[in-house]
Amino acid sequence: MSGKFVVGYDGSVSARRALEFAVDRARAQGGTIVLTHVLEWSPYSFLTPQELEERHARRKDEMTRAEKAIMTTVKAELDDAGLPNEVVIRYGNTAEILGRVAKEHNAVQIVIGRDGQSALGARVFGSVAGALVQTAPVPCTIVP
Amino acid sequence: MYRNAFPAALAAAGLALMSAPAFAQEQVASLDDKVNQIFASSTGWFVSLIFSNFPGTNFPWIVAWLVVGATVFTLYFGFIQFRAVGHSIALVKGDYSDPNDAGEVSHFQALATALSGTVGLGNIAGVAVAVGIGGPGATFWMILAGLMGMASKFTECTLGVKYRNEYPDGRVSGGPMYYLTKGFAERGLPGGKILAVLFSIFCILGALGGGNMFQANQAHQQISGIVGDYPGWITGVIFAGVVFAVIVGGLKSIAKVTEKVVPFMGIVYVGTALIIIVMNADQIGWAFGQIFEGAFTGLGVAGGMVGALIQGFKRAAFSNEAGVGSAAIAHSAVRTKEPITEGFVSLLEPFIDTVVVCTMTALVIIITGQLMTDPETGLYLVGDNGMIQTMDGSSGVSLTSAAFGSSISWFPYILALAVVLFAFSTMISWSYYGLKAWTYLFGEGETKELVFKIIFCIFVVIGAAANLGPVIDFSDAAIFAMAVVNIIGLYFLMPIVKRELNSYTSRLKSGEIKKFE
Repeated sequence: MSGKFVVGYDGSVSARRALEFAVDRARAQGGTIVLTHVLEWSPYSFLTPQELEERHARRKDEMTRAEKAIMTTVKAELDDAGLPNEVVIRYGNTAEILGRVAKEHNAVQIVIGRDGQSALGARVFGSVAGALVQTAPVPCTIVP
Repeated sequence: MYRNAFPAALAAAGLALMSAPAFAQEQVASLDDKVNQIFASSTGWFVSLIFSNFPGTNFPWIVAWLVVGATVFTLYFGFIQFRAVGHSIALVKGDYSDPNDAGEVSHFQALATALSGTVGLGNIAGVAVAVGIGGPGATFWMILAGLMGMASKFTECTLGVKYRNEYPDGRVSGGPMYYLTKGFAERGLPGGKILAVLFSIFCILGALGGGNMFQANQAHQQISGIVGDYPGWITGVIFAGVVFAVIVGGLKSIAKVTEKVVPFMGIVYVGTALIIIVMNADQIGWAFGQIFEGAFTGLGVAGGMVGALIQGFKRAAFSNEAGVGSAAIAHSAVRTKEPITEGFVSLLEPFIDTVVVCTMTALVIIITGQLMTDPETGLYLVGDNGMIQTMDGSSGVSLTSAAFGSSISWFPYILALAVVLFAFSTMISWSYYGLKAWTYLFGEGETKELVFKIIFCIFVVIGAAANLGPVIDFSDAAIFAMAVVNIIGLYFLMPIVKRELNSYTSRLKSGEIKKFE
């Protein structure tokens, strides 16, 4: 069966490990990698009038930059390795978006890395991994 | 031309800032007198024109102008402010926002930014002035004006989004100057351009006055009330430095912190007011009795019922800016395919600003018994200056401070912080409104924009340093003059809003427009 693996990727070392983990599984099963990059964003944040004016332009820039910087390099690697893949770049809450992408793609699994913040840090600021295991519509693998 | 003028202006500003403190005070004082004289003689006619009364009455026509406008819009749109509240809240929550538009300006963000421009000293100092002169009854008229103003805001913000400019680089720019020009042209009406130019001139003056000098001045008064008297130019220079860093230096961090702290301060302010009201729960019935009785009898205030009404209406208009057109500039950046949705969202603004925040201030002042009454007649004691006598003789922002302090002794310190932050965020917003009007008149360009921003910073210092009575009068007049131009435009353009409203409502009913997820 050719399952889809949603990988949360932000260019960090831990995300890299998650990607490698998912690549191994996908290759073994003949699956697809859905490389997902989330630009953290809340529609309830506060902006100055100047920021409001420039928001649309800024968003375009951010998207292009994300596409160029993170995705094309990694995507090229996956293409070279001959692994079927898709790239998704979205704005929003990371855990929420990963869950939504998994649902949209009928994925079999979500794979993310974790940056190993302390238990206290996670309690105060919340963690993507914590939020994801609570809400994910499919099984989750958290690569340490 | 600007290239040559600019370094000279900068040098002059630098010299003014660098002068030794001892001289600066004298200089400011003499400059003060000069500016006062020049302003009073050259702009007095304008101020008295805007604030003149109807012949044979003491009712300023500008107050009637705003109220009639709000009433016309309320009736024309069939009490939209009451019918649409549920839908407005759903829009702000993002129920109708396309998830693919994440990362764009949301309804919530547009509303929050517009609110940080309107919630300011009008809510704290202005209300104290209204209640201090008009008595508790002014509160009733203020709430009424706030409710009516929701319809004006609805009209102008819908137009702001509909006729905004979207530039190839993705920036958006909107406001009365654009809907006056484009909207009038679309309807084949003459004069749109003239109205737009007039609006822009008044908007620049209003931005420098009410949106800048008044704020700096009141912030200085509040700070010096706590740390003791010191020269205003010190506050002015510090404020100007911070404003400069944000609007010229592009120092986003300060603006970001303010934008986050201001809503929090607003919540603390309203929360504290509620606590004080609950602490005096046994007085609530009496306070509302005073508000209703005062609204129709005046309870002895100067001018009686009409006096209470004028004060309430005037301060509500000044606080929520409904009909002035300023907020339409902030609201027009929202990402939406339906301009009318921002109209729905914007009508919450006068509600939060006036019906909630202003009313809290008024209730606290009334309920803590700051206004002195004659124990025999139950009427308010009015001093020679037409103000009701207060417990400690304070008025304006210090009256609000005294009212809060009488229940929670340390709250004046928090209030001072709130005043400074509100003043600062209002200045940042108005610097933007003024800049938009400026670029409408003179065109875009870095140097041209820089000239305005530097003028703006200089006016911060002037505003904090001096008590420029005539200048403040003039800037008040300029803000109301914006409303004269804007509301004329709204009358001509309201059929367009009606068409948008009908089309949207029918599509909402038919299910063509539906919630996401």
